[in-house]
Amino acid sequence: MPRFGMVIDTKKCVGCQDCVLACKTENNIPEGYNRDWIVTEVHGKFPDLHMEIRTERCNHCTNTPCVSVCPTGASHIHEWGGIVLVDKDLCIGCKACVEACPYDARYIHPDGYADKCTFCIHRVEKGLQPACVEVCPTHCIYFGDLDDPNSEVSQLLKSRKWHVLLPETGNEPNIFYLI
Amino acid sequence: MKTISRRKFLKITGATIATAAILTSGSKHIVKGAEKLNSKAIKGVRKIPTYCDLCFWKCGVIAYVKDGKLWKLEGNPLDPLSKGRLCPRGTGGVGAHYDSERLRSPLIRKSLRGEEKWVEVTWDEALNYIADKMQKIKNEYGPESIALFSHGIGGTFIKHLLRAFGSPNETAPSFAQCRGPREVGFELTFGDVVGSPERTDIENAKCLVLIGSHIGENMHNTQVQEFAKAIEKGASIIVVDPRFSVAASKAKYYLPIKPGTDLALLLAWMGVIVREKLYDEEYIKKFGYGFEKFAQEVSQYTPEWAYIETGIKPELIVETAYEMARYRPATLIHPGRHVTWYGDDAQRSRAIALLNALMGSWGRKGGFYVPYSMSIPKYPYPPYPELKKEPVDNPGRKYPFATGEQISTGIREATITGQPYPIKGWFVYGTNLLQALPNKEETIKAIQNLDLMVMIDVIPSEVAGWTDVVLPESVYLERYDELNLSPFREGFVGIRQPVVEEPYNQKPNWWIAKKLAEKLGLEQYFPWKNIEEYLETRLKLAGLSFDELKEKGIIKAPQQPIYYEDGVEPVFETPSGKIEFYSDQLVAAGFDPIPRYTKHPEPPAGYFRLLYGRAPVHTFSKTQSNPLLRDMMSENEVWVNADVAERWGLKNGQRIRLKNQDGVLSDPVKVKVTERIRKDCVYIVHGFGQKSKSLISTYRKGASDAELITKYKTDLLMGGTAMNVNFVTFELEV
Repeated sequence: MPRFGMVIDTKKCVGCQDCVLACKTENNIPEGYNRDWIVTEVHGKFPDLHMEIRTERCNHCTNTPCVSVCPTGASHIHEWGGIVLVDKDLCIGCKACVEACPYDARYIHPDGYADKCTFCIHRVEKGLQPACVEVCPTHCIYFGDLDDPNSEVSQLLKSRKWHVLLPETGNEPNIFYLI
Repeated sequence: MKTISRRKFLKITGATIATAAILTSGSKHIVKGAEKLNSKAIKGVRKIPTYCDLCFWKCGVIAYVKDGKLWKLEGNPLDPLSKGRLCPRGTGGVGAHYDSERLRSPLIRKSLRGEEKWVEVTWDEALNYIADKMQKIKNEYGPESIALFSHGIGGTFIKHLLRAFGSPNETAPSFAQCRGPREVGFELTFGDVVGSPERTDIENAKCLVLIGSHIGENMHNTQVQEFAKAIEKGASIIVVDPRFSVAASKAKYYLPIKPGTDLALLLAWMGVIVREKLYDEEYIKKFGYGFEKFAQEVSQYTPEWAYIETGIKPELIVETAYEMARYRPATLIHPGRHVTWYGDDAQRSRAIALLNALMGSWGRKGGFYVPYSMSIPKYPYPPYPELKKEPVDNPGRKYPFATGEQISTGIREATITGQPYPIKGWFVYGTNLLQALPNKEETIKAIQNLDLMVMIDVIPSEVAGWTDVVLPESVYLERYDELNLSPFREGFVGIRQPVVEEPYNQKPNWWIAKKLAEKLGLEQYFPWKNIEEYLETRLKLAGLSFDELKEKGIIKAPQQPIYYEDGVEPVFETPSGKIEFYSDQLVAAGFDPIPRYTKHPEPPAGYFRLLYGRAPVHTFSKTQSNPLLRDMMSENEVWVNADVAERWGLKNGQRIRLKNQDGVLSDPVKVKVTERIRKDCVYIVHGFGQKSKSLISTYRKGASDAELITKYKTDLLMGGTAMNVNFVTFELEV
């Protein structure tokens, strides 16, 4: 059983939002909403600056407050690969998960259900990469099985320095940022 | 003395090759089917290859059509430009088709120019109106009195029409308002232009120097992909920019240069390199001309001298000079693209060319490769009528090195003055002249002198409001176009073909040109029945299959070497036949044979130099109404240094207006308080603050740099209009 995750190379990311657009067209995300986004962090005083550019999305955490708070069971961890998903037919749009997510990764779709990144499970099941991975002109997003020591993602985590977002939550996010 | 060879902007050299094509594999997923567009009933997903038009890079696309409707766009893996990955604009190209503010029907103006009032007419009425006016202008002034401003490959057939009509006046702002100075500077030095796509071998560069070139924000697809590859391979990156750009954040060395002083830095670098003999001696001995005189002159420039001008510390200048030399010839000093900055731009570009020559990087791996394109014969048209007059843009060759392309602002000038002869009709294809040319008032003044103004475009851009006849074009996803034969690392041919149908009464440019030709009695110049016949004829002449190209989107030519070290014969089409460190032709024309530094005026107290640039999700002022791209960025912000903002009491997100030295006020624009810019300049992304009332979604969103660029400085070598010469202050009352 794989455990899917992403490794994102912040050294290569230019913050162009192609990942956001590819996600929007792939998944028909309505205008004004998005499942992934860009964060630019700047530290220092001109001209001695350090800047990290990141593409962010649902972290598909191992410990999932969004699933715990869901009153209907709509938010769940998929049996294959640990992908965190929302069953829109079960979702009542109560926003509990939106509040519970420390990454602000969820929004309420105009059709009334919570929506978020699915790691493009419909593509992954067919052996394709998620749309954001496939489009990135800098090849800065890597997707794969974190439990397979030979996967590209595992190898990158072994050979490079990285960090995760909000490790203090104890959620054990599965998106890793190479620095 | 031999004059400078005819510029090759459009047909860039590099040996062309025989046309026997290698059929590339891997297209089995692509379903044939563009020929059956009337197939909305077809269920399921069809994949149709075409090429992009969101910018001029022309990346290969695979369009996905689901149940007859456009779904998404991906890169064509066969395409050497996109390598299967589009940039954000290309991905968002879906929005160009669905844009609710597109032009839908031909329009004829019914009130004063600028009032944006029209009546909808039929295509026949619109084209009759145009043909009638064209004949009148021809009878009264001659066919030369109609000029074309065109941007992009879609202008091909309109150009052909006007040339057949008898006009030599055809221009694009991409020369005198953009990359012209670079091409002139490089041609003066190496006898050839950089061209488009740039022949920069970024992916193999071991040291990459970017001077004001913000790759990553500027999304020219291949360059960004190669930039990321260079980062991955650990290339040493040096970024020179008044703004801490995205590229600067990837750099080993960031040089926060004072705007307007780049040439001082370049001369100081060359001074260090020459004095310390860090250059490629063998390369220069073999290919260089006038090196002794050059070496003597640039030796005088010291890092200490440059420090006073640029603000870059002498030790950093020395260290980066050594860094460049360490990796030569795989050291690429990138020539940039939009380089109309301060008025001495051709000479600054020449300095960049000379620095590359010292590194021995021209023609070498990791520097500038030698591109080639697939050779496909032109359509066998009858010969054009003989031209009776010279182009109007550069009378008396006032700008002696503007020889290959025409100066847009020169045509504008002639339209205002009527000299050397009157211009009475403008065709404007795919370019919003009110944002593309500096000093909007002059553009409007010129337009007011016209008897006929025609615009062909997909959206009602600002220039539409000043137009007599507006012709709505199909977007690229709905039409065939000319073949893409870009010179590149690999020769190839790309096809643009319809993926979906036009939603309204839009028509493709080739149809418009052909129909208008018929009304002008020029049908012999359009002997083909439709564009499929035109394309098929050309491809057949090259021994290629139209069906195969439609199916794959791309056919590649056999590989050939692209570096001198791999056997490409070095050819320098300069008067000396060598790389000209010293230029006799510049002396003969009254210019410095070796670039010299001039100080440029600085902003007065309380003012800041206005700098502008690109965002990854927009192209010029043509994509702001695209619903997908607008969703990513709907307005621009003015970048203000944090200390400056504090002094002025400006808060992040606050709206202010910018006022330039001539009292012109921008629309309200959000302040971005940031450490990422110097204190003596501000920065905005180009293309916003649009004033077309027909484009509600973009109307007065953000500030327009074009509107604040009332002042420009002309490059005397080639007529380029430098635009980084405007100063703005803040108006807190909005």
